Amino acid sequence: MTTDAAPLAPPRPSSRGARAGQSGSVAWMALPALAIFLGFAVLPLLGVLALSFTKWDGLGAIHPIGIGNWSSVLADPSLFHSLWVTFEVMLFSWLVQTPIALLLGVFMAGQHRYRAVLAVFYFVPLLLSAAAIAVTFKALLDPNFGLGPGLHSDLLTQNWLGDPVLAMGVIIFIVSWQFIPFHALIYQGAVRQIPSSLYEAAALDGAGRMRTFFSITLPQLKYTVITSSTLMVVGSLTFFDLIFVLTAGGPGDSTRVLALEMYRRGFGANQMGPASVLAVILVLVGLVIALGLRRLGGNADESQLEGV
Amino acid sequence: MTALLGATTDTQPQQATPPASHPVGRGWSRHNWLAGLAGWFWLAVVLIPLYWIVITSFKAQSDYYQQNAFAPPGDPTLANYRLVLENDFVRYFFNSVLVAVGTTVPTVIFSLMAAYAIVRGAHSRWLRRVQGLFLMGLAIPLQAAIIPIYLVIIKLGLYDSLPAIAIPSIAFAIPLAVLVLSNFLRDVPRDLFESMRLDGATEWTMLWRLAFPLTRPAMVTVAVYTGVTVWNGFLLPLVLTQSPTERTMPLAVWSFQGQFQVNVPAVLASVVLSTVPIVVLYTIGRRQLVSGLSEGFSK
Repeated sequence: MTTDAAPLAPPRPSSRGARAGQSGSVAWMALPALAIFLGFAVLPLLGVLALSFTKWDGLGAIHPIGIGNWSSVLADPSLFHSLWVTFEVMLFSWLVQTPIALLLGVFMAGQHRYRAVLAVFYFVPLLLSAAAIAVTFKALLDPNFGLGPGLHSDLLTQNWLGDPVLAMGVIIFIVSWQFIPFHALIYQGAVRQIPSSLYEAAALDGAGRMRTFFSITLPQLKYTVITSSTLMVVGSLTFFDLIFVLTAGGPGDSTRVLALEMYRRGFGANQMGPASVLAVILVLVGLVIALGLRRLGGNADESQLEGV
Repeated sequence: MTALLGATTDTQPQQATPPASHPVGRGWSRHNWLAGLAGWFWLAVVLIPLYWIVITSFKAQSDYYQQNAFAPPGDPTLANYRLVLENDFVRYFFNSVLVAVGTTVPTVIFSLMAAYAIVRGAHSRWLRRVQGLFLMGLAIPLQAAIIPIYLVIIKLGLYDSLPAIAIPSIAFAIPLAVLVLSNFLRDVPRDLFESMRLDGATEWTMLWRLAFPLTRPAMVTVAVYTGVTVWNGFLLPLVLTQSPTERTMPLAVWSFQGQFQVNVPAVLASVVLSTVPIVVLYTIGRRQLVSGLSEGFSK
């Protein structure tokens, strides 16, 4: 046993002699995980960059063709359309989810028994597969046989998935329905870590509930908002299953996000080269956003409790 | 996401109860009408579609078009479930079980071994690099890697088989599993390892006799999370299999919709059947899962 990288671990000079032998004897234990991870996650990620410079129909031989795919994809308006749709999904799902998740998180953090019980039910949508959810809402929103006609309600009898604006709204609603509880859980954990002394001080100063929320709870949750937003935004890049089953990108191409455009090009049209270009762009967009949000948060390591 | 999770590595997932401070306890939230209203409102939003799925799955197809959509079935029937079961549902179910178990068990074992090596060998530069690599892995979207995965699976001769789904699933489950397990292992008092080592135990023995029992709560979190993710996975089965004999549950639900068309109650019966095992799993592992996830992200 030798020193540990854990920040609080004091060095132990007495065990220094065992260092070389010990590290050799545990290192091999990381190998099985490392091998699978390298072979089926890291290698494919590098491979997709390599494939973006080739011509491959998914069955036959792979031919290197240089930057041909890149120039054709970058000149194709459907790339920018799918980037725009991806951005819309990202923005609207963030705008809808964040305030509700925050409010629910504060609610769930309360010490009341019934709140814990409600929270159990909130989680159920997270258990359903995206395919099952999409299939369900497709039936529920059917303009001829769904909810609207079933309740004889004209307001609910819309061509929900046949109208570009409504289809986008439906996707945002379903995403929120499924994922808000997850983010609320993150906020709940963070709210519970806010020191009660802050609230006691605010109460002594006569601050009302609104004032307390905006002056104490919200500022204390700054880093949690960034964590949750990053997960939301990066996660929204990969809403493939739901949109694929629900609208398949339609009507027309109005909900065709980047991941869907990639699948369509690659596995629909057998153009693996251009599809790989789209995959690389997908990774880059995710990285840029994650790093940007991290910047926005400043130094995440600094204590949120400074001065307490 | 890498950057983000990098900042959360020092959490203590084994802390089952929140810190002693109850900031939103009495006084502040007791009469918080807004949050209370939001809470009950959200319960309705969540439950209405779920209620509709369940009641409709017990309705006869003819009733579905005549009755009020939200009225309970006047004449409950199991015909939809029978129809789904007659359409090879049992096979799809076992395919999903095989893939889920075949992914979860190796993920938990390999990740525990890797987490153990990372925590116990933290002074080794090589192992620190391995840890950094796994953290970066959290940011790899499966969609972006799917084309080369397809290529690798074809080259290995695994196309259209259940291992074709399980192996990449393990690779993509490992980073989070290692993160959660190593955070947990880091909080095991080092004296325990030290005294076992003085008794002559090898690292391998300590892994199974000490780390394995002590990290059980974290392993439940990882296992449930991985199991649910794989059970619900859609893209890998879609791309890497083609014959109905290798179909897993989400693909089956999707294809039932094409097959049964307007027989909505039957489609919804397949949704219910595909979700029941996960609900059972959730009921068993809920506490672990929820506290593991909330501790892991909220710092």
